[in-house]
Order: sequence, then structure tokens, then C-alpha cells
Amino acid sequence: MKSVEHIFNLLSEIPDPEIPVISIIDLGVIREVKLVDDKTIEVKITPTYSGCPAMKQMEDDVRKKLLENGFDKVIINTVYNPPWSSDWINQEARLKLQEYGIAPPEENTTDKSFLTGKPKTVTCPRCKSKNTIMISQFGSTACKALHQCKDCLEAFDYFKCI
Amino acid sequence: MTTQEALFKYTLRLGDNSIILAQRLCEWTSKGPFLEEDLALTNIALDIFGRGKSLLEYAARVENKGRNEDHLAFHRTDRQFTNNLICEQDNGDYAKSMIRQALIDCFDLMLYTELSKSKDETLVGIAAKSIKEITYHKRHSFSWVDRFGNGTEESHERAQKALNELWRFTGEFFEMEEADELLIKEGIAVDVKSFQAKWEEEIKALFLKANLTLPENVFMQTGGRKGIHTEHLAYLLAEMQALPRMYPDAKW
Repeated sequence: MKSVEHIFNLLSEIPDPEIPVISIIDLGVIREVKLVDDKTIEVKITPTYSGCPAMKQMEDDVRKKLLENGFDKVIINTVYNPPWSSDWINQEARLKLQEYGIAPPEENTTDKSFLTGKPKTVTCPRCKSKNTIMISQFGSTACKALHQCKDCLEAFDYFKCI
Repeated sequence: MTTQEALFKYTLRLGDNSIILAQRLCEWTSKGPFLEEDLALTNIALDIFGRGKSLLEYAARVENKGRNEDHLAFHRTDRQFTNNLICEQDNGDYAKSMIRQALIDCFDLMLYTELSKSKDETLVGIAAKSIKEITYHKRHSFSWVDRFGNGTEESHERAQKALNELWRFTGEFFEMEEADELLIKEGIAVDVKSFQAKWEEEIKALFLKANLTLPENVFMQTGGRKGIHTEHLAYLLAEMQALPRMYPDAKW
């Protein structure tokens, strides 16, 4: 039985290419799924960052998954508006990120503190200390910044709040 | 000029501004002053490349002559690029790169904020996405201007020299031509004059805080919109386009 819910379940089996502990559904990049007819499906996807090199991989993974599950034609459209927000990462995924060693975004974009350069306290994903500092506003991928825990001294990735 | 022709020209120019600047920033890859800055610049370049790709993709679609974004990026000559001259200027030292970036970030944030109110839905989407990214970039470049200006004697001197060199390219930000005027009437393009005073005010405040002096009575260099560039662009393109020119059928 093909329903939109079923499709979302299928897509939630696709891991993020760079952070495999969360799925592309957890990440919030799949904006809409439309059953055009019994064999054709349209998926709307939004990039996390304009130049995110993982987007192509995600599109390929979505296409492959749906073709393997009974669809003959998969149309993937990129949408930019509304722009992706770290607020769309669900609660469950935030916990998974933390267990994986990446501090999830602590703030909500509506409070705008990320723009003023004074982020709220970021919790160390390893020892849970709040005594941390930002080392670099930019990190190993477009979506992350680099922080360091002043208690356990580990450097860790922080998922940027945008 | 039809609306379609104007929109192609306008979108192409926005795309050119993005990819040329991004290509320049990429030259810092593995050569940054320290690791964190290397990461910062590659990340910033990536965002700007992404924006450039979206814009050129859209320009190609508007043109509707069977070209795609790769054709536009890799199979045009310097005379066919319409980017602002400031985007192609050499990286120089880190002070020069950061001052160039701060001048552009400040302008781009205002431009894309206005563009996000356009009647063209595709441009609105690209602009909405870009606003968040440029805000983040601007925080970075502005903090460096402050640090260099108020840093050591050496850093101050270099920052002032860079500002003196680059200031003459800022007049081009606020130039408009037939395509702009046509699209402004249609509610698609941004009237850049509408925020010129605001830009000047913010830039003045930035450099005042950094203890740097804005050059006065400078002759403003122009030519980018007509494809008349400084000598830097052709060298940049030679590198950027080398592979597709050698292997025109190569695909990603």
C-alpha cells in the first residue's frame, strides 16, 4: 500500500551522508512528498546550506530508495523557501547527535542570539559540562562550528543554529 | 529589451558576482593563516558557490537556449562576465581579503534582504536562503576588520593599505543599467540606490570603530557590467575553467 506516510517511513531509513546517526527525515530536509500516480512520485527537498555537497548524495539516495520500492519515476525538486532551519531537527535526532559527539543546536533561531555572536551555553556532548568555549565559528562541514570543553578539554563539533 | 532578457542579464550578474568571489576565496584553501581560518574561508566559499550555482542555474533556465549553469560558468570568456570588479581582486594578504569580504558582505546582506521581497519567486527563495548565510559571514569579516584595525601597528598599516586599494571598487555596487531599471518597474530587481546611504553609514561606523580612515575623493573604477575587467579576472578564469576547456564533454 502506497501512502505518503509509507514513503516518509521509507525515507527515514536513509541516513544523512555526513552524520549517519540521523536520517534525512530527522534533519528536516524533505519538505513534501506527493504521489503523482501509482508509479510516479515527487519529492521536494531543501538544502541545509546553499553549497552543501551532501545534497547530491541525498537526492541520489532518495531516488535509489524509491526506485527499489516500486516506483518507476521519481521527480526530485529543490525548494529554497522557506529556507532550512536548524529548528527543524527533531528532538529525537538532537539526542542522537549528542550521543554521536556533536552538540545539537542549543538555541532557537527565533531568539536571534546566534546573530549577535553570543551563543547560549553549549553543553559538552561527552562530559555534559557547560564550561565550554567556541574555538571557531566554522567547522568541518558547513553546518558545524568548533567548540571546546574546558573541563574534559575535548574539542567537539557544534551543530550551528541558523 | 524584454523582461526575459533583462532577468537573464540580472540573474547572470548576481551569479557571476558569487562564483568569482567564491573562486577567489578558494585560493586560501590550505593556505589560511591558521587552521580555523582555513576552515572558515572554505566554508564561506562553499556557501557563496552554492548561491552562484543556484543563480546561474536559474539564469540558464530564464535564457532557455539549452545552456546550463556549467556552460555559463566554464564556457564564457572574461569579456562575457559581468561581475563587480571588487570580486575578482587578488587576495593579497589576509587583511586585504577580509576587507574585501566585509565590504561585500555588508552590501550583499542589504541586497539579498531587499531581493527577498521580489515578485520573482525563485529569486526570493535564493535570497531567503542567502540572508542567513551572509549574516554569518559578515560576523566573521567584520570581526577581522576590527581586529586588524585595532591590532598591532603592522596589522593596522596593512588593513589601511588594503582599504585604500579596494575603496575605488565600491562605487560599482550602486550602478544600475537598463536591465535593472526595467526589472525594478516590474517589482523584480532591487533598487540598490535605496540602501546606498544605509550601506555607507554602516561601513563608516565599521571603519571608525576599527580606527581606519576611509579614503576621500577617490575616482571610482567601473567596467564590470560591460565586461571590462581588471587584469585579475582572466587569470582567475584560466584556472577555474582549465578542466572543462581541456575536456569540454567532461561531466561531474
